[in-house]
Amino acid sequence: MSNEPTADLLNRRRFLSVAGLAGAGAVLPTIAQAGEAPKPDPLITEVQDWNRYLGDGVDKRPYGVPSKYEKHVVRRDVSWLTASPESSVNFTPLHELDGIITPSGVCFERHHGGIAEINPADHRLMIHGLVEKPLVFTMDDIKRMPRVNKVYFLECAANSGMEWRGAQLNGCQFTHGMIHNVMYTGVPLKLLLDEAGLKPNVKWLMLEGADSAGMNRSLPIAKALDDVLIAFAMNGEALRPENGYPLRAVIPGWQGNLWVKWLRRIEAGDQPWQTREETSKYTDLMPDGRARKHTFVMDAKSVITNPSPQAPLKFKGRNVLTGVAWSGRGTVKRVDVTLDGGRNWQAARIDGPVLDKSLVRFYVDFDWNGEELMIQSRAIDETGYVQPSKDELRKVRGVNSVYHNNGIQTWLVRGNGETENVEIG
Amino acid sequence: MSRSVKLATAAALGVVMIALLPVVSGAQQKQAKASVEQPAPKPPVKLGLGRPALPEEIQAWDIDVRPDGQGLPPGKGTAKLGDAIFQEKCTICHGEFGEGVGRYPVLSGGLGTLKADRPDKTVGSYWPNATTVYDYIRHAMPFGSARSLSNDEIYSLVAYILSMSDVIKDQDFELNEKNLAAVEMPNANGFYEDDREVSEKQFWKANPCMKDCRAAPKVIGRAMAVDVTPDNKAGPKVD
Ligand code: HEC
Repeated sequence: MSNEPTADLLNRRRFLSVAGLAGAGAVLPTIAQAGEAPKPDPLITEVQDWNRYLGDGVDKRPYGVPSKYEKHVVRRDVSWLTASPESSVNFTPLHELDGIITPSGVCFERHHGGIAEINPADHRLMIHGLVEKPLVFTMDDIKRMPRVNKVYFLECAANSGMEWRGAQLNGCQFTHGMIHNVMYTGVPLKLLLDEAGLKPNVKWLMLEGADSAGMNRSLPIAKALDDVLIAFAMNGEALRPENGYPLRAVIPGWQGNLWVKWLRRIEAGDQPWQTREETSKYTDLMPDGRARKHTFVMDAKSVITNPSPQAPLKFKGRNVLTGVAWSGRGTVKRVDVTLDGGRNWQAARIDGPVLDKSLVRFYVDFDWNGEELMIQSRAIDETGYVQPSKDELRKVRGVNSVYHNNGIQTWLVRGNGETENVEIG
Repeated sequence: MSRSVKLATAAALGVVMIALLPVVSGAQQKQAKASVEQPAPKPPVKLGLGRPALPEEIQAWDIDVRPDGQGLPPGKGTAKLGDAIFQEKCTICHGEFGEGVGRYPVLSGGLGTLKADRPDKTVGSYWPNATTVYDYIRHAMPFGSARSLSNDEIYSLVAYILSMSDVIKDQDFELNEKNLAAVEMPNANGFYEDDREVSEKQFWKANPCMKDCRAAPKVIGRAMAVDVTPDNKAGPKVD
């Protein structure tokens, strides 16, 4: 029998409540008793309400939201991580998504002073410092400039940061959910800088937000002139307030903290500012007590999103394993998957667009006979960088560097389909 | 009217054709390559958008402070004065002695712990520049009432926080725009530029192993055994 459900309900209930996710999972299919004559499915033999009665008319949902049966697909936080919800983070439900685009409403949030609510008519962008002509732009000005559309991932440098000392959080939403991938519409920063006219000695820019954290970061000028965008739209509509409405920086492939939201000011200078977010935070403490700074690029990384602790295997026989991979250094060239804890690997099937500094989606379609699996994925990017194991990373960096944990993730799939975040040795 | 006449008229009227505008840099086009060919980027031409920023406007927003002291406003303060302001405006979250209430950041202690199993990264133990304390408080503190402190109050608060880790020892020492940048922090030399492409060059591998790569793996740690339920205060911390 190939579609026999394998997890027993009690176990699963207990498991879900341990993970703090009771009610979030799907309902298990009922078990067909062997030997019984198959009964016709009443969902087919009886006329259903939605088949008889009229549904909502067109004006009921002027801005559509997902089906009421998708209510469990939400961002979640881990409240003990931070002191207050205004300086905190929640996580993208990666295990509920497919393809490469993250729907705007479930893009993870990280704020340092809450969500600034700004009327675009009241928003200004100032460019000053070492420029020929300090300028102020309105949103209208910015929307009159030539614009481009680009899909990029944004990963918080602290994504997976809780996992340095071993398996901690039971779900890819929590271990890997500080990432999203959307299409931005915006103006190349270079165009704005050209309007102000950079002085020849400019080496760094400082970007600053209009929120109550006044988030400020230093950005090397070479990156600013290369592929940085000043974006006003994501996924075809205005940015969401959580993501910096009405204007944010897009710094492709580099750590999320640099992507200043509610962007209101750019100052040109000849040295970095050493702001709190590039000294106290977002520096990587090494075992010798010194710390790396300016670790901007996000190394190649991947994670299997299904199966995963929040999305256990439910059936023997045919199954789809899927996940996402990305690299801050360019495109993903290949993703390898192992089912036996790294003894043997196979190249996964990448499907969908493969774009510069964007998520790619990968699949392994496989048959499962109920044996225990230790599943992992490893990304390889166009520069030949191969996603390392967690132990390989710890060998260089110890366990106190907080940021840039791109080590290979292991999920243990038990015989009943239950899946757990584990560390293997 | 023929097409060429129309174009000539448009040009005569000073209508700038979109094709003349600069579009995107080379790297901008990298992503486009995957889908369609793009015309080569044009040399920069001013768009003439935006208006000059007035000196008063720049002054109102230009609140950043650099390690060389650029941006420090005129003003002065002492740790003694800062103590009083801190007790009034900061202790509710950071504690009377900067020890941190609940999960709010700790502002004191931590000296000499950077190599420890559990390092304490504080202003005194970790921050390389004293100017950053000024820049940060001026931007973001007190949390929930940003931009409410006077320049003098911030000098005093910086002096007080630096006195918590003995960077400033004399409670009456006057900190001002002329001497703040010269204050030396204990961990000033504790940072170096990102060197991953050298120190981690082993992660660039030509032929990663595909078959019989290791001995049978064993589970040595489990998330469910750690059991960090979402309201467990003892859990790990995100920065
Ligand atoms: C309502 C709570 C609250 C109050 C009051 C408050 N702070 Fe903070 N403080 C925070 C939070 C939260 C953070 C971290 C913010 C973040 O990371 O985004 C912080 C961070 C800091 C930091 C940086 C710590 C580090 O190691 O990076 C300093 C310095 C600081 N506060 C100083 C002050 C001073 C001075 C005052 C009083 C004028 C003050 N704070 C009042 C909540 C508070």
